[in-house]
Amino acid sequence: MTPMDFLLLTKGPLFSLAIAIFAIGMLIRLAEILTLGRAHNYATPRGNGVIPGLRTVYRRFNPDPGTFKRAPFDVIVGTLWHVGFVVALLLFIPHVELIKSTFGIGWPALPNPIVDAITAITLLALVAALVHRLRQPVKRFLSTPEDYLIWAVTFLPLLTGYLAYHRLINPYPLALGLHILSAEIFLIVLPFTKLTHIFTAFVARYYNGAIFGRKGIQS
Amino acid sequence: MAAPTTLGESLRQHGVSRRGFLKFCAATATMMALPPSMAPAIAKALEQARRPSVIWLSFQECTGCTESLTRSSSPNVENLIFDVISLDYHHTLQAAAGDAAEHAREQAMHDNAGEYLVVVDGSLPGPNANPGYSTIAGISNYDMLMETISGAAAVVAVGSCAAFGGLPKADPNPTGAVSVQDLVKDKPVINVSGCPPVPMVITGVLAQFLTFGTLPELDEYGRPRAFFGQSIHDRCYRRPFYDKGLFAETFDDEGAKAGWCLYRLGCKGPMTYNACATMKWNGGASWPVEAGYPCLGCSEPDFWDAGGFYKALSVPTGAPGDVLLTAGVVGAAVGVAAGLKSRSESKQAAKYHDKVTAQELEEKL
Repeated sequence: MTPMDFLLLTKGPLFSLAIAIFAIGMLIRLAEILTLGRAHNYATPRGNGVIPGLRTVYRRFNPDPGTFKRAPFDVIVGTLWHVGFVVALLLFIPHVELIKSTFGIGWPALPNPIVDAITAITLLALVAALVHRLRQPVKRFLSTPEDYLIWAVTFLPLLTGYLAYHRLINPYPLALGLHILSAEIFLIVLPFTKLTHIFTAFVARYYNGAIFGRKGIQS
Repeated sequence: MAAPTTLGESLRQHGVSRRGFLKFCAATATMMALPPSMAPAIAKALEQARRPSVIWLSFQECTGCTESLTRSSSPNVENLIFDVISLDYHHTLQAAAGDAAEHAREQAMHDNAGEYLVVVDGSLPGPNANPGYSTIAGISNYDMLMETISGAAAVVAVGSCAAFGGLPKADPNPTGAVSVQDLVKDKPVINVSGCPPVPMVITGVLAQFLTFGTLPELDEYGRPRAFFGQSIHDRCYRRPFYDKGLFAETFDDEGAKAGWCLYRLGCKGPMTYNACATMKWNGGASWPVEAGYPCLGCSEPDFWDAGGFYKALSVPTGAPGDVLLTAGVVGAAVGVAAGLKSRSESKQAAKYHDKVTAQELEEKL
């Protein structure tokens, strides 16, 4: 197989396969969660749940002071690489072109050097997060093989993308093919691991906020 | 006046000055990544080179490669070098026809056994395909290629069709087209890909063969590394715009007028390895990207099937939108069914006051 065959395989059939698995898996999960519903609450509601629910979806982006005090590293590094990952994924011009071709909608992107710098920071933050996880006895004890798998499938698309952008793997079709393949692995793994939090985190936040809102409590 | 026997004589007869010839030799040395001190050696070897016999086979092709070589803007040293090889057989260029033409090929093979070069442009129906898709003088392309290369020193596959199958091999490949390197295993094959290839690359390969009697260093696709070693993207004069993130989004917007990067208009320069950006076309006048047109990636294998010419390199080749929609509908349907099933199960359990222990829940996980 030549590098070009590899690139065409990853850009064509493998990509279709990956997004099919991703879409089927993720929508099964979400549709099941949403149709399950919640146990009926017979108490008289003290307030509406919708607005507090939506507000909580947003408010949980801010770490609460207690958590920051207890684990500043986790909050700073965690926020850093999550934001970096989303920026690299959604605001890099080739990715916007890909999204436009798949979903039919596009948006403005950031200049390449900015995405490049953010990617470098994100890679370093991810390495720091792994080192921290391995060096902290409690974290290491709590970590399962799945956690390391998730770290790897998150790290690889960023690393291969960085290498492809800087043309550090030659020939380029091989570099780009490896990057696309790693993204496909991410998409395939996503619905069956804790990576589902990319979507379910917002459902959970909404439920939390809505429950508190119904009780008339701020969340 | 007797026909010139060496390249040097021929060039002088054509009025090429010594200075012009040495400039060509220096350029050739540079292109082959040799030190400038090699230029006199190249000049000496080329001057004394005897006219090598070249048999040019045209199979499933459009003659664009021959056009590329013969329609250069003005007679130049590259053309003259091409004139002074002994081109003993070429459908398009030879005067002879019919039996006489085929006889010329057989004669050249016989007289220069083991020493002649075979240049092929065009792909050909493979050994398992219907040979009737392309024949010359009643001989199938496959038989003619195999017979002709039997006494060849080397085979040069000119153009992406000969090198990789090209347009005839594009999906669904109705003629069962294959490339030269798919068939020729016991002779050196040099792929000079491109649709068409840069003329100087062909003459550069011939110059190396005449100078050193050796074949150039090849990349993994069998292409001369001296010409195909770097990507269009890496040598593109618009690269600074890519690095700055300045892109033309349509062919007539302000970015296009300002000469910004053509990535979003489908430029395949990042994956394409060729010499266009450095050697340019039409005597160094311009090249596609300079003319405001995205690189098609024509020197890479299967470029016809590598996605739309005007779609960015990152865009998938299939129909991801349709796949996503179908898979989404299927996933949502299965998810709703699973959710409703669990819901009715839990209602049933509540109705009959089913009990569950912590241990049972643990086992379910």
